[in-house]
Amino acid sequence: MQLTLGPVPYYWSADRLHAFYRAAADWPLDTVYLGENVCSKRRAFSLDDWIGLGRELTQAGKQVILSSLALVEARSEMGVVRRLCENGEFRVEANDMGAVQLASAAGAPFVGGSTLNVYNPRTLAVLRRAGMVRWVPSVEMPGRMISENLQGLGDPDLEVEVQGFGPLPLAWSARCFTARAADRPKDQCGFRCLEHPSGLPMGTRDGDAFLRINGTQLQSGRWLHLLDALEDIRAAGANAVRLSPWGEDMAGVVRAYAAALAGEAGADRPIPGLAPEACCDGYWFGEAGMARVARNARFQEELT
Amino acid sequence: MELLCPAGSLVGLRKAIDNGADAVYMGLRDDTNARHFPGLNFTDQQMQQGLRYARERGARVLLAVNTYAQPQGWLRWQRAVDQAADLGVDALIAADIGVLDYAASRHPDLPLHLSVQGSATSAEALRFYEEHFGIRRAVLPRVLSMAQVRALSESTDVELEVFAFGSLCVMVEGRCLLSSYVTGCSPNRSGACSPASAVRWEETAQGLESRLSGVLIDRFSKEEQAGYPVVCKGRFQVEGQVGHVLEEPTSLNTLSLLPELMAAGISAVKIEGRQRSPAYVAQVARVWRQAIDACRHNGDGFQPREDWMAALAGLSEGTQTTLGAYHRSWQ
Repeated sequence: MQLTLGPVPYYWSADRLHAFYRAAADWPLDTVYLGENVCSKRRAFSLDDWIGLGRELTQAGKQVILSSLALVEARSEMGVVRRLCENGEFRVEANDMGAVQLASAAGAPFVGGSTLNVYNPRTLAVLRRAGMVRWVPSVEMPGRMISENLQGLGDPDLEVEVQGFGPLPLAWSARCFTARAADRPKDQCGFRCLEHPSGLPMGTRDGDAFLRINGTQLQSGRWLHLLDALEDIRAAGANAVRLSPWGEDMAGVVRAYAAALAGEAGADRPIPGLAPEACCDGYWFGEAGMARVARNARFQEELT
Repeated sequence: MELLCPAGSLVGLRKAIDNGADAVYMGLRDDTNARHFPGLNFTDQQMQQGLRYARERGARVLLAVNTYAQPQGWLRWQRAVDQAADLGVDALIAADIGVLDYAASRHPDLPLHLSVQGSATSAEALRFYEEHFGIRRAVLPRVLSMAQVRALSESTDVELEVFAFGSLCVMVEGRCLLSSYVTGCSPNRSGACSPASAVRWEETAQGLESRLSGVLIDRFSKEEQAGYPVVCKGRFQVEGQVGHVLEEPTSLNTLSLLPELMAAGISAVKIEGRQRSPAYVAQVARVWRQAIDACRHNGDGFQPREDWMAALAGLSEGTQTTLGAYHRSWQ
């Protein structure tokens, strides 16, 4: 099973991105996704910068995939997606049907991102014919349904990557909620999201850490954490697990997952800075996304 | 420009057509459509009656099969497409690539519209659906500004349909998992956002509380009108401040944009609200019929009449309306 690092969903400065990827080059990862997929106004790195970084990470032995914008509104944004799809060097993760169309037209094999709304084998077959080589199922899809889809498709060559760790990407909007929270219009946002390297917490009025604002994207307040379900993920037919970057101990996360995949003892030790009650795994088990199923069960065992 | 109105029931369908709808859209009584609520939608017999009523009055009928088919239920979606073709509806509204693929190959004469749940916002995305399935029309998500709608219209041959009035989805349709994160049910998979079975109301010392699967969505004082607990319109805390962090309870109303939408070549304006009462649909259809006719007659001098705006405001959430993403400042 491969271990992959998803694109950074937050707005990090160029310095922070450089430092992060310098460290990531030494982590036990097979694949690294690069690029901006949330907001086109975030330009700490240009497309050329990402491509340059991609070459460095390739030198370090990583497979590099460039991730495209999930919500495209302006022609200028589609222009960037077009350049990305026609880069001719790195594989692209298409997060919108416009990117699928462009990658397909360019004859470039692509990764079908989790926002493409792929829920059945017939859809998978259409995208396979269009050039999809790897599928990242929607984060809301239960493991059982992933398995049913793959059985229905019957195509062993399709790679499948399941998000295993990180805040869940839950919704996109035209509105920038970070700018709104700062009482600024989107067009004069002042890049306030730079101040929130793990997103801006949005709690309920009774203090539950419910969601996380990340510009035009909303994320879960809890962290998806499927360390306990790695065997299930493999059994469902996936061959890669994606870890989504966060603003704290990412090296610790990668180490914990790599150790678990290697079957090392003690691999299920909790990740520093991440309380069990801050984690969720409901989607994987066919329940509400915010629910905790496996970890609950384990904690119950520990309690008794 | 077509005035497309919601038909949540046979009575609603008649009211919409009697009050000036050029076309209506409806759904089956199951999770194949994105408004899967108890007491709503059509049986096979009711669809036939509705079609007859519409045909006799020169109106069109569209069928929405616009949730995403899942492996175990695939035959249900397939059957819904076959039903649409057998009934001879004027178009099938679908979002799922597999469903569109099935419809295009099995029923090549059935006109296809891409549902708003398909989240297509660019000429390139529309080209994918046009080349693969021959879609004739696409419903645009409520995320584009008026300038972006105009630019898109200039760069595609696919007919465009936009939301004109009704509940405002704050997130891109087809890309919002907030409901399933909290309740396990999402518009994509089960055709429901914030299902009633997950809603709880409780009178507390601090006011009336609305919860969704236990999550506190809002708390109302005695003077306030309590709204239905959908996540995007609740009140939450950010950096110590409490408020409508994502959006106030408000409805979309683009009546003032009518001349611009017409000039941009928009093919249809869609009224949202299959879950609303027949009386609501009748009132909204009547206002929009008058407005479209007035605008067609005199686009340059078009001004929304005060009585129209007052009638629409009275039918809106929180009695407020907004231009939403069409107006850049909302974003």
